[in-house]
Amino acid sequence: MAIAQAVETGKAGHQAHGRDHGHPAGFIRKYIFSTDHKVIGVQYLLMAMLMSVVGLGLSLWFRVQLAWPGKAAMTPEQYVAIVTMHGTIMIFFVVSLALSSGLGNFSIPLQVGARDMAYPFLNMLSFWIIVPASAIMILSFFVEGGAAAGGWTAYPPLSALSGFGKVPRGSPGSGMGQTLWLLAMALFIVSFTMGGLNYVATILNLRARGMSLMRMPLTVWTYFVAALLGLLSFPALTAAAIMLLLDRHLGTSFFLPSGLVVSGQQAANVGGTPLLFQHLFWFLGHPEVYVLVLPAIGIAFDVIAAFSRRPPHGYKTSVWALLIIAFLGMIVWGHHMFTSGMNPFLGKYFSIATLLITAPFAVLGVNLLASLWRARIRFTTSMLFALGLISAVGTGGIGGLFLATATADLHFHDTYFVVGHFHLMIGVVTMTGTFAGIYYWFPKMFGRHMNETLGKLHFWGTFIGAFALFVIQHFQGFGGMTRRYFEYSADYVQPALALNPAVTWFAFLAVGAQIPFFFNFFWSMFKGKKAEANPWEATTLEWTTATPVPHGNWERLPVVSGKPYGYAEGANGDAHRMQNAEA
Amino acid sequence: MRSQRGAVSAWLLSSLLILATILTVGAFFVLKWRPEVASEHGRGVDRMITYIIFAAGFIFVVGHLVLSTFLVKFGGKGTAAYKPMTHKTEMLFTIGPVVFMVAVSELGVLAIGGPVWNQVYTHKPDDLVVDITAKQYEWISRYPGKDGKFGRKRPDLFDDQENPLGLDRKDPDAKDDIVVRGAVYLPVGKGAWFNIQSWDVLHSFNVPVLRAKQDAVPGLTTHTRIVPTAVGRYEISCAEICGPGHYRMRGFVNVKSEADFAKWLKSQVGWFE
Repeated sequence: MAIAQAVETGKAGHQAHGRDHGHPAGFIRKYIFSTDHKVIGVQYLLMAMLMSVVGLGLSLWFRVQLAWPGKAAMTPEQYVAIVTMHGTIMIFFVVSLALSSGLGNFSIPLQVGARDMAYPFLNMLSFWIIVPASAIMILSFFVEGGAAAGGWTAYPPLSALSGFGKVPRGSPGSGMGQTLWLLAMALFIVSFTMGGLNYVATILNLRARGMSLMRMPLTVWTYFVAALLGLLSFPALTAAAIMLLLDRHLGTSFFLPSGLVVSGQQAANVGGTPLLFQHLFWFLGHPEVYVLVLPAIGIAFDVIAAFSRRPPHGYKTSVWALLIIAFLGMIVWGHHMFTSGMNPFLGKYFSIATLLITAPFAVLGVNLLASLWRARIRFTTSMLFALGLISAVGTGGIGGLFLATATADLHFHDTYFVVGHFHLMIGVVTMTGTFAGIYYWFPKMFGRHMNETLGKLHFWGTFIGAFALFVIQHFQGFGGMTRRYFEYSADYVQPALALNPAVTWFAFLAVGAQIPFFFNFFWSMFKGKKAEANPWEATTLEWTTATPVPHGNWERLPVVSGKPYGYAEGANGDAHRMQNAEA
Repeated sequence: MRSQRGAVSAWLLSSLLILATILTVGAFFVLKWRPEVASEHGRGVDRMITYIIFAAGFIFVVGHLVLSTFLVKFGGKGTAAYKPMTHKTEMLFTIGPVVFMVAVSELGVLAIGGPVWNQVYTHKPDDLVVDITAKQYEWISRYPGKDGKFGRKRPDLFDDQENPLGLDRKDPDAKDDIVVRGAVYLPVGKGAWFNIQSWDVLHSFNVPVLRAKQDAVPGLTTHTRIVPTAVGRYEISCAEICGPGHYRMRGFVNVKSEADFAKWLKSQVGWFE
């Protein structure tokens, strides 16, 4: 029923674009089964916010256990499941949904001057697949054995030893919870792939007249590169997930070798290899980092340009850096596997190749910094988050130097150094970029401004809390503190352990700072200060249409006449030129 | 109004970034930030880490200083004094960072890291060979005994109490194999070559004080080489999630003087003797 209805809406919406740009009638078609990219973008944001309550809640729960062992009313079985689910939910159902799917959906058609995505119905479908995916992921907590507990990386054999049929059981969380986890991830991948196809098709085919590739805002460039990376790398994880499901339920041996003995029970498997999964997983997993990080950097470039009143430094070199990062990003996955038992020669190759990525990243970093040179910075909340992103990209990036160097990784692998590093990159960089984007585009989304005082409160709490918490975790990693431990007892780890309460307090600060954001978001939607069409005096196409944006985005499609960043124009450098301004 | 608030934000963020930089760098002087090191290649690992600390620290400090300065200098009212850069300057700002980053990171890994990495993965002829078997949640070490040969491990003979390595009573090589549960014994100053295996799931043979870490992978034998440099008792902490008991999968590497090690070895009897 719902699908039939959706098909109808999809058709109607599509025809509307071509003919009269009419509004879809009725609440359900307008806000629930909508094919409008702006509504879908907001739906993704709301979904991500909902899932973040679960994901962040889980993190506070295990932070209490880590800082004050025994005070969190938690068993070791629950602990590993909670850590696993926190990672999975935050990466795939919060960061990916908010940044890639949410803001990407909202901004891409508006920034390239399109009426909607290339495939509006596919777009709606990709959102509605996320709904059961999220539900299944959450429900997996309540099955026998609890949720998946093999880490968000789901390495077999632990994740393959399901206890079904002749397959022995690896741990309580290896049961039905892991199956549901794989099912939810498969749905997520389907949805994300449809989204990526849509982004690529829209960016290649639906750009407004005059919008050459080198006139696209950097936000669009980063979404484009990210979508390509996603499309090329996700199939590897899809294959891995299917093989893992077969190993778990049908007794195949893709990842299970001969001679397994689990809790005294001999397995019947022959000839598989657990390392294959790690290769497939990281063939996706590493590009996925860039899928998430690059759009955040792209948004920061746009936001910094608007609030520093000058074009970003080095547009061309940034585009080239993005393309090089994408290429190198596809051939360095093995740096997650230095100690995995992979041939040590490969370890050397992956180390050398990975360190090359620091070069294009340095270009992006210098370009971000240099974009502030001789600027006039307006310290809006959006800008503060973009500035925070510069700091986080730098700090997180140099942590990568340690981990990319195989020899140093002998000490850091699987410690809190890794935890701190990837949280800075795919937690703090992505979320500062996301928040910069939300505060920036909120007036376009809802026709109202978010409250700036609450916004600043949100920024300071988030930035101080997150920066301190994850930098301290780097030091715990120096101290050799291992990941995914319920409790610690070793002598060598005691100095690192002493930092745990501080980390937990900063976690409470960072998570607590999201309360004013949530309040601000919903309050401003209805009660915020009314916004004009172009409140930030920005120059890209989304600011050339009315606020609130009509269905179909423009009465008449804009025609692009120049560069995306027409700041510091005019004789005194205080004018700005819209991207569709007549020459 | 905007300019005033802008100035406050500029100073606040600027000072905060400087404070964060000072605290982060200062932490290296205040904290006992790394465990002691007691292996030959471990000193190389630490040399590598120290090199990166200086390289990364330089970027961290300079980057944050520049950012903080720009915030104060260019925050506030008025218009941007932006002028497009000449092509030459722009190229300088591109090629400069590229050359710097590639040089600093690749030189480090090639000159310092590479030789240490080779040390860890090169089996020398007179190394003591130790066999490590991991299973949920235990480390078992094995020495070949007087014949210098390891007996075959058979999954069908596995018994958690009686025969945790699945050794075959009829196998002459296995007869004098010395099996130690939860501990590894090594002589100081002598190379030890490890064969690492797992019965069930992934584990990782991780001894932070020896800077050693190598996954145990079912169906595969992985290797690492350690030359301990100080007598002591060093904890093994599993470093690959292996189930709810992961955190209690402990063990100890006991590094003894050569004489004490020989005495210990002599006192051991084979698993089937």
